[in-house]
Amino acid sequence: MNRLLALTLLLVFLFAARPAAAAPPQSYFYPFVNPYEATVMELPKQFEVRLPDQVPVDEFVVRPFPKRDIPEVFWYEKGLPCSLVYQDHKAPLVFLVAGSGSRFDVPRMLKLQKVLYQAGFHVISITSPTHMDFVVNAASGLPGIASEDAKDLYRVMELAYHKVRHRVDVSDFLLAGYSLGGFDAAFVARQDDQEHRFNFKRVLMINPPVCLYDSVSALDRLLVENVPGGMDNFDNWFRGVFSETMHLAESWGPGGLSGESMYRTYKRMQPSESNLAALIGLTARMNAADMIFTADVMNGGGYIVPKNVRLTSTTSLTRYAIVAYKTSFADYFDQWLFPHYQKQEPGLTREALLQRESLRGIEGYLKNSKKFGLIHNEDDIILVSGDIEYLQRVFGDRAWIFPSGGHMGNMFQPDVVSAITGFLKGKEE
Amino acid sequence: MKTHADHMPCSTSHGKATRSSRAATRGNLLVPLLFLLLLSACSTAPVVTGPVEPPLRRYEDLVKPGQPNMLDVKDEVEGFNRGSYRFNYYFDEYLYRPVVRGYEFIMPNYLEDRVSDAIDNLGEITNLTNNLMQFNLKAAGITVSRFVINSTVGVGGLWDQAKKMGLKRQTEDFGLTLGHYGTGSGSYLMLPVLGASNVRDTTGLAADLATSNYLGPVAWINDTTFTYAYSGIYAVDRRHRTPFRYRQTGSPFEYELIRSLYTMKRDYDISQTNETK
Repeated sequence: MNRLLALTLLLVFLFAARPAAAAPPQSYFYPFVNPYEATVMELPKQFEVRLPDQVPVDEFVVRPFPKRDIPEVFWYEKGLPCSLVYQDHKAPLVFLVAGSGSRFDVPRMLKLQKVLYQAGFHVISITSPTHMDFVVNAASGLPGIASEDAKDLYRVMELAYHKVRHRVDVSDFLLAGYSLGGFDAAFVARQDDQEHRFNFKRVLMINPPVCLYDSVSALDRLLVENVPGGMDNFDNWFRGVFSETMHLAESWGPGGLSGESMYRTYKRMQPSESNLAALIGLTARMNAADMIFTADVMNGGGYIVPKNVRLTSTTSLTRYAIVAYKTSFADYFDQWLFPHYQKQEPGLTREALLQRESLRGIEGYLKNSKKFGLIHNEDDIILVSGDIEYLQRVFGDRAWIFPSGGHMGNMFQPDVVSAITGFLKGKEE
Repeated sequence: MKTHADHMPCSTSHGKATRSSRAATRGNLLVPLLFLLLLSACSTAPVVTGPVEPPLRRYEDLVKPGQPNMLDVKDEVEGFNRGSYRFNYYFDEYLYRPVVRGYEFIMPNYLEDRVSDAIDNLGEITNLTNNLMQFNLKAAGITVSRFVINSTVGVGGLWDQAKKMGLKRQTEDFGLTLGHYGTGSGSYLMLPVLGASNVRDTTGLAADLATSNYLGPVAWINDTTFTYAYSGIYAVDRRHRTPFRYRQTGSPFEYELIRSLYTMKRDYDISQTNETK
């Protein structure tokens, strides 16, 4: 049977003319054509790949800066938690990096772990450098600069592997990430090419932005441009959406406060496209605000928090929260992050920094290194015009680009799952 | 400036503890803990460590006076509330949820649902009193029918048969009744163990507790062992059914987010009591 499969594959490779980008299978079917819906809605079960109910998993904590005094206001932070999903035999290990503002154990990560476990990999899952747990425990400075975040991530990966290496028998190291995690993966791979701790054999980028600044700005515009009457009317608008949602939600638990779970209640109704877009933008804005406030506290304040004050576990944060939620990533970059880097590197321009810290800045590396693979969607809402053509050009036949799916809405569609596991297993070789 | 905040929490916790005998026994355990909490937990101002420099993005520059913001919720005892929130986090992590996990491990899902239905059935008493107090006679009628059907056909409330007949549970509490008649929410309160509330809803909770003490299951079977067992199962079932997990927001502003959402949710529920009438 296996031999037959191998023979068929060989024939296909010999006789089929290779397209510029590996085309998705003809049968690719995805139910949501609207990219906002695709991004928000969970794929109905019958369209989704079947996954095991449970996988063997261990959670553990790493402390890259063991001597760091964690401010009392973050009293619940006790090291950076990570997880290991393990096989009982020798297997390749995938480091999986979560997307913007996500922990290692958000629902999407748990599902991806199952996908990878089922395909025969060990998986170490890492929280995004933009999540507050990472900023408090593992960031060396202000987050948001890809090459610096990559150094922090690399340090965490080393510690995480060190913690679990006696438990798993590893044949090769692989790296994967989605959204911002995919973007991070490119820079971590470059770091690895200098330090050679893992020598990643393959690196998979799933729905990454080309330029973080552009993508986060695009998401923020979804919020600002879709709240009727502008941001001054935000409160009214949100209260309206809230009571509409409550009308439909029979039970309410404060469990659904942010991130992916925030609009899970919302999908039960037939929402307007502009409301969906605004909610996607709001989620991104809240993620950014959480990161910016945390980073400010960890770096001595001055941006949102005054300098020379110590916030305690009972300090009221309400005013800071209001200011933070009125702060976009672009504000933070332009007013705080860029000037900070300019101080260290006089003569550095904003454009040069943005260029350097985008995929365009490492284009030559991505193009020439055969270990990179890309999975993306033509209608992904985090891309700006020209991005998809650019990615296709850079990754060539190592790009799997699907016609629809929004931002990761199709991640667990069987064809996409085959592309993910196929690339990581090295089927194309 | 913060003297008000310094004294309020103590009076609230005493007020609660004297309202009913059950609350008082539980209070006995909590009072020393809370006292410790209060000693360290009342200032909402940050600690100044040097010459304070205002930040680049200042509240005053970004917020127009009078502009509503859902994060602004009346919170006069914020120092106490935040301390209480922290206490609840540890309580949940090290005692409450481990017990609930044990319960979930031992009990098959089917039996867990039977327990939930039975607890709900016994709780219909306050749904009845509050619907009556709101003169919502239709909902009161449905509540009586549900109780009769579920207690008989549903074998002592183990199965919610009334729901299958199209009689939906008419959940009401005294906090909503007060809100229905125009009582404002008062300050937000984070109650130890019990979680998010406000002055109005805490008053309501105490009243509902008294109602079920005098008219509910505890009064029917006058036996301390039963009272303890019922309270224990009630508490475990309640946590079992609440999907909330601390730190799930991943936000440094989780306290604020819960406060706003709780307040908006209760406002919404009160607006619903006016609509059904």
